[in-house]
Amino acid sequence: MAHETDRPLSPHLSVYKWGPHMAVSIFHRATGDGLAIVGTLALLWWLGAMASGADAYGAFIDCAGGIVGKVILIGLSWAFFQHLFSGLRHLVLDTGAGYELKTNKMFSILVFVAAIVATAALWGFIFMETI
Amino acid sequence: MSQRSGIAKVASGGTELGRVRGLGSAREGTGHFIHQRLTAVGNLALFLWLIVSLVRLPLADLATMREWLGSPLAAVPMILLIISVFWHIRLGLQTLIEDYVHSDAPRILALVIVNFYCLAGAAFGIFSVAKIAFTATAAMTGVPA
Repeated sequence: MAHETDRPLSPHLSVYKWGPHMAVSIFHRATGDGLAIVGTLALLWWLGAMASGADAYGAFIDCAGGIVGKVILIGLSWAFFQHLFSGLRHLVLDTGAGYELKTNKMFSILVFVAAIVATAALWGFIFMETI
Repeated sequence: MSQRSGIAKVASGGTELGRVRGLGSAREGTGHFIHQRLTAVGNLALFLWLIVSLVRLPLADLATMREWLGSPLAAVPMILLIISVFWHIRLGLQTLIEDYVHSDAPRILALVIVNFYCLAGAAFGIFSVAKIAFTATAAMTGVPA
């Protein structure tokens, strides 16, 4: 096998530069899996507590309304919007459009920006309502 | 890309997706791909409905929340949301597992757990909504929600 080490190694899997298109792809997977596990547990807890009665629902509201609960909910909503906009990007890519380097890069950056703007807008609205 | 699609259409008399639909030994080789996207669109519509509804509701007020979720116009979309989201999750986590878990036994075990979790989660969610909807209707007979 020694003689093979002199030959060029291709592809150079460890030699690459991170780009927005790579980031948006792995974020799509990470946010999807996060939502699948944490998001569904929160959803089922909320629905189950509502069906169960005042004690269970009070416990849910106490947790969701606390600092830790709010951080988790803000995180979930960001993950949701990131996955949503990234998913829309994938629906566009499915049609065969948006593969040009500049367009692809621009859409990838837009996904991150849109997710943060949507999360900020949602929670800005919620906090304005509750004050 | 559009040029390539155009050539493919002329050559085969259909879109690229149309040519691969119904293939595979069980005629559903593209079923995963298509269901992933159909449930994605379902999730988009239903979660936008849920978010718009939730920001306008008094979340801490259980009686009002139950009255809202007990009405058909909230219970039905919520049940559809549960079905759509757990279906989507089942497909998405399946892809994740198939990409990263390469040994047969752990992969099959993980896939079984994902399928059980999604079915059980959906059943629990739908039962909760149904319980609220049916007890709410019984409690306020004649009173529209």
